[in-house]
Amino acid sequence: MSVAEGYSKTSRVLRLIRPGALIGLLLTASAAASAEPGIQTPSIFDPRSTPASGIVDYSNLVLGICFAIFVIVMALIAITVVRFRRRPGDDDREPPQIYGSNQLELAWTVVPIIIVFVLSLVTVRTIFSLQIDEKPPGWMPVTAVGHQWWWEFQYPERGFTTANELHVPVGRATFLTLQSADVIHSFWVPQLAGKTDVIPNRENHMWIEPQVPGLYVGQCAEFCGTQHANMLLRIYVHTPEDFERWARAEAREAAAVPAAAAGRDVFLTTACINCHTVRGTVANGRFGPDLTHLMSRQTLGAGVAPNDSDHLKQWLIDPDHLKPGALMPAMGLDTQAIDQLVAYLETLE
Amino acid sequence: MTTLDPPVAESARAPSGSASASASGGWTAVLHDWVTTVDHKKLGVMYVVSGILFLVIGGLMATAMRLQLFYAENDLIGPETFNRLFTVHGTTMVFFVGMPIVVGFGNYLTPLMIGARDMAFPRLNAWGFWMFLFGALLFFFSYIGSQGLYGAGSAPDVGWFAYVPLAGKAFSRGNATDYWILGILVSGFGSMAGAINMAATALTMRCKGMTLAKMPLLVWMMLVVSLMILIVLPPLTAAQVMLLFDRFLGAHFFDTQAGGDAVLWQHFFWFFGHPEVYVLMIPGFAFVSEIIPVFSRKVIFGYPVMVAATCAIGVLSLGVWAHHMFTVGMSKPLNIWFAVATMLVGVPTGIKIFNWVGTMFGGKIHFKSPMIFCIAFLFQFLLAGLTGIMLAAAPFDWQLTDSYFVVAHFHYVLIGGLVFAIFGAIYYWFPKVTGKMVNETLARWHFWLFVIGFQITFNTMHIPGLLGMPRRVYTYPADRGWEIWNQITTAGIVFQMAGILFFVAAIVLALWKGKEAGPDPWNAWTLEWSTSSPPPAYNFAGLPEVKSRRPLWDLKHPEDPDWQYE
Repeated sequence: MSVAEGYSKTSRVLRLIRPGALIGLLLTASAAASAEPGIQTPSIFDPRSTPASGIVDYSNLVLGICFAIFVIVMALIAITVVRFRRRPGDDDREPPQIYGSNQLELAWTVVPIIIVFVLSLVTVRTIFSLQIDEKPPGWMPVTAVGHQWWWEFQYPERGFTTANELHVPVGRATFLTLQSADVIHSFWVPQLAGKTDVIPNRENHMWIEPQVPGLYVGQCAEFCGTQHANMLLRIYVHTPEDFERWARAEAREAAAVPAAAAGRDVFLTTACINCHTVRGTVANGRFGPDLTHLMSRQTLGAGVAPNDSDHLKQWLIDPDHLKPGALMPAMGLDTQAIDQLVAYLETLE
Repeated sequence: MTTLDPPVAESARAPSGSASASASGGWTAVLHDWVTTVDHKKLGVMYVVSGILFLVIGGLMATAMRLQLFYAENDLIGPETFNRLFTVHGTTMVFFVGMPIVVGFGNYLTPLMIGARDMAFPRLNAWGFWMFLFGALLFFFSYIGSQGLYGAGSAPDVGWFAYVPLAGKAFSRGNATDYWILGILVSGFGSMAGAINMAATALTMRCKGMTLAKMPLLVWMMLVVSLMILIVLPPLTAAQVMLLFDRFLGAHFFDTQAGGDAVLWQHFFWFFGHPEVYVLMIPGFAFVSEIIPVFSRKVIFGYPVMVAATCAIGVLSLGVWAHHMFTVGMSKPLNIWFAVATMLVGVPTGIKIFNWVGTMFGGKIHFKSPMIFCIAFLFQFLLAGLTGIMLAAAPFDWQLTDSYFVVAHFHYVLIGGLVFAIFGAIYYWFPKVTGKMVNETLARWHFWLFVIGFQITFNTMHIPGLLGMPRRVYTYPADRGWEIWNQITTAGIVFQMAGILFFVAAIVLALWKGKEAGPDPWNAWTLEWSTSSPPPAYNFAGLPEVKSRRPLWDLKHPEDPDWQYE
């Protein structure tokens, strides 16, 4: 919070120039028509969280300067080209030859240097205010682990793990520790923060401090193999009460519903448990997403399909059909076993 | 003062080089002549022609990708194929299109512009070309041979940057990635040979009177580019050899599962990769610096500053590579260093733009085909440079990097800048190379269709990036609001393709029945225009002697020669 306030104080000057806001407005207005309710176009100029809004303030200044240079130089080129065009009836005499001008050339060396100097100072200040490499006290820690091609989210304070859909409270900063299980990924939810790479054998950090509850979408931004395109991300920002309710529900072990016992047997006696965890059972695999509260998630396969019975069934029959190249194998179960398995998974609320 | 054979007399005396070769026998004789040649002009032509062929291949691949992205959640092209397409497209365009075309022009023009009969090492020159071509074919052979002769082939799918560990043995099985490594490695040896040759030629083969300070700007820029290649290409080659060690000999340089470092590869790659952009762009500047003065009828404005700015870009470009890595988790001071250093590159680049405008200012601008491409270059390169400043601004880059904004930015640089400059250069020097004039009407159709298509495609492409669309995705969800922008982007391809058809038509028609160009159709000032078109195998009957940067100006204006003012 303190960072947010500190930043907004310094950025008032920057807000005077905000061409980005205008561009953002135009873009989001045109895009909003096609968007499904609940999902906003993840425009970088429509920030809902502190690092993203700080970046927008800074970007507006950079955009403003670049736009001014663009207009001036473009006009200069255009005027020169039009004014000094060869006209019909010109004689063939060569125009006066001008070999250069020390004053002019000095001017167009020094002025850009001054602009770069100003930009550098603002850049230094922005980097120092937005890049935070160690968790400040009081922030909520979350560890995000990138996998081919899904996200694992661990809540060390709460002791549970979930996948692909990150839930955070509004009004409290979340500090993310980024790790990779395989190749390089990049964590990007444009409305909340810039991206940070997720690199194996190395820990990176980023943070978000959302100001508005809602659903924010993003996705992996570093090419990570076949299904890079479908390594989608959702961040749900809740009111503190809602977040508390969600977190308490997630912390529970999976309930054993007697009606789904057949499906549970299928799950626990096939290879499912090698890769998936369901807390409260013997399934403790770590290779695939934690399924303890699978039904609390809105999507399957890192956002590739909605999480409903039909898609769940399709996914179990052949993950490749929904997500070509997905690393989960088709288990080759018969129809009855699939139906039982779907019934069981649907009890994991 | 300046001793030159009068151009007309020269052209009457010297038979054209290629005509004499083809007259002596059938097509086998012609083929033998081209394959065994050590003539810098023939090698230059072969570089450019093969570059253009690969350009067409790379362009068709881009078209396929754009068709896939026309609809959200489209299933025209699957993920594996798409990933191979953008890997091969990127690798081809940088290594097998950009490099050979700029090297080819440098090869053809450098000896002619400095009044020499050939490059310093003609046989090394031929070796460099064949290494390039062999490397390119080796790379494309992956489509057939990458799973071994008994398995199905498949091109590499790890991106043109081949980030580890994705390109390591654990995640990239088969041999596709090895073809990527070896193809570039082999053609890289060719580039290094070419660079040594070019530098040696510019430094030692200049004609009498041509001091470094009187060397044409194109040759200066080629010299700087050659030195840059010699500095930045060996580290890439070394890194590729290390990756081969990882893949075949069980080394662990980049194997993160055994404690290797994924970020180290990125440092190696971009230490090459960023200067590579300038290696490609500076020759573009070189073409523009030769064309704009001739069609403005004025001497280049601020020659010494242009040379200094080129050297400054060359030096600064060696210290900016990690601006491709603002999101890998570098410390604050490193982020700041690479942001500021990158912005500084804007200063010498800006100087060049202003000096070109200064050259046009007060001139009499002839809007011939080479010149209109250069004017479009100025506008487009200006915008490319400014989006480059935005990407250099590290916090802004945290949002922009790896989004479609970056794709738009570097296509503005490499197409809006480099390819437009190359088209300008082709129209400018085509009469010299072939002795034929290109039809201006066809060239204008090419220009307008291409510029319109380019703007529709790549101007629009900035927008999905700002709306959060990452690059290298084979598909995207329908609910993101990106579809319309992708459709406009794809639509621009139609115009670009139509433009290219006019280009091909213009070239074919000119070869078939173009008007005779004569030695100096543009009334230009550098030495290549003093010999016949096409130049004889030995370039100059008598080696020229110069007193200024524009020897033909001195010849045409004995009352007011240049050397008085330099």
